[in-house]
Amino acid sequence: MNVMTAERPVTDDKTPRRMVDREVADDSCHIKMTARDVNVFYGDAQALFNVDIDIADNEVTALIGPSGCGKSTFLRCLNRMNDPIRGCRVQGRLTLDGDDIYDPDLDPVLLRARIGMVFQKPNPFPKSIFDNVAYGPRIHGLASDKAELGEIVTMSLEKAGLLNEVKDRLDQPGTSLSGGQQQRLCIARAIAIRPEVILMDEPCSSLDPVATARIERLMDELSEDYTIVIVTHSMQQAARVSKRTAFFHLGKLVEFGGTDQIFTNPKDQRTQDYITGRFG
Amino acid sequence: MGEHIVKTYDEELSGLRTRLAHMGGLAEEQLAAAMNGLNGRDTALARNIIDSDEKIDELEREIEEKAILVLAKRQPVAGDLREIVVALRLAMDLERIGDFAKNIAKRTFAIAEERPFREFGSLNRIGRLALEQLKNVLDAYARKDAEKALSVWHADEELDSLYNSLFRELLTYMMGDPRTIGTCTHLLFGAKNIERIGDHTTNIAENIYFLVHGEALDVKRPKGDTTSVAHIDYVEK
Repeated sequence: MNVMTAERPVTDDKTPRRMVDREVADDSCHIKMTARDVNVFYGDAQALFNVDIDIADNEVTALIGPSGCGKSTFLRCLNRMNDPIRGCRVQGRLTLDGDDIYDPDLDPVLLRARIGMVFQKPNPFPKSIFDNVAYGPRIHGLASDKAELGEIVTMSLEKAGLLNEVKDRLDQPGTSLSGGQQQRLCIARAIAIRPEVILMDEPCSSLDPVATARIERLMDELSEDYTIVIVTHSMQQAARVSKRTAFFHLGKLVEFGGTDQIFTNPKDQRTQDYITGRFG
Repeated sequence: MGEHIVKTYDEELSGLRTRLAHMGGLAEEQLAAAMNGLNGRDTALARNIIDSDEKIDELEREIEEKAILVLAKRQPVAGDLREIVVALRLAMDLERIGDFAKNIAKRTFAIAEERPFREFGSLNRIGRLALEQLKNVLDAYARKDAEKALSVWHADEELDSLYNSLFRELLTYMMGDPRTIGTCTHLLFGAKNIERIGDHTTNIAENIYFLVHGEALDVKRPKGDTTSVAHIDYVEK
């Protein structure tokens, strides 16, 4: 069953109901990840309220909303990046291919090998370009010999659209690259361990428009093989790169639907106000 | 809808709306004046109408220019985007309506040369209805009233049926007295212009519906003008 659910525009906060997104339910996409009744607390403060969402396979899903709306908190729930935060509690059910990702028997390190992440600021390791990409495959034992490792590195850099720019200087430090190149290096590093899902937390916010366009093209290409979830402050970017968009406000999922619909004819007044620049 | 965080954005949008309201008012005036000119064989008024059309054209150019600028600067989405797209379309429709009023005015010169003709009743009826429709659709736009736009949309059928009977009526005059052929032919063209104004008014109504609801009006437009396939039997006297 691939019914996408989202919280109905809330009139009564105590009884969140599920709304079937018709447009989304119609097409026969496969659901990669689901969230049901997800509540997140930082100590006594509640950051997310009853979030229901389905992430479709091999598609880009964008999470938008004003600062503090909970979109990054939600993104971090998807690969348990909230675990190390003291006082953070996650309630509800989150699944990857139907399996509970908060199962106590599950090793979060292995989970994060399946769900990679790219951050706001490019953060290459203080190592060579080659070693940056080879790091993951090495610790996860994905290559049996040096030649295979080299192959994985080359392929990952190729997929990240960086190979042509760096193939003659793989031994140079990753930090010697430009900001946009560093971000693509981080994407290469993320895909080197062959994840199924890539989470991106504002991956272009420190990049210029040309580097941003490169990353966006990359997202298009990568979405053929990977499920991508991106948090972005740029509404135009969400409109450009994603197939579905979720709008968060004050810790609630206000509206979730096809990106075309969200940006031309949003159903909820709060979505309309936010994307047209009437509050934020 | 609330205000934008950026105030100048609101000013740009309201600038578009103001210009459209101005343009709509001018189109209304032009149509009313064109009908009066025709009735009174008033060539001075007709000349005035022809000259004034330039003002409507100028407003259309201004609206287009401003709308393109807002698109480029603000990258509008959702309701704002519809507002701008609809403004562009409305400006085009109103410009065409202005042109049709001008065409009607042009007929005044030819009719003034012909023998006096008294049978203006039906033409005036269709003119009044078109004017009322135009006024109603402009009201609907100003109030973003999709219901009212919808009623204008439905009323176009009446305009079409009036046009069809006027077509037959004028043919009857021509058959009855061939000396009226000159005047009646001009009136027939004038009536066709009015019928086309009705079609553009219908376009505007559809766009108001889209503006308010975010989706196109999902009904088939009635095909009202049947004169293209009309067959008239000539009766020997």
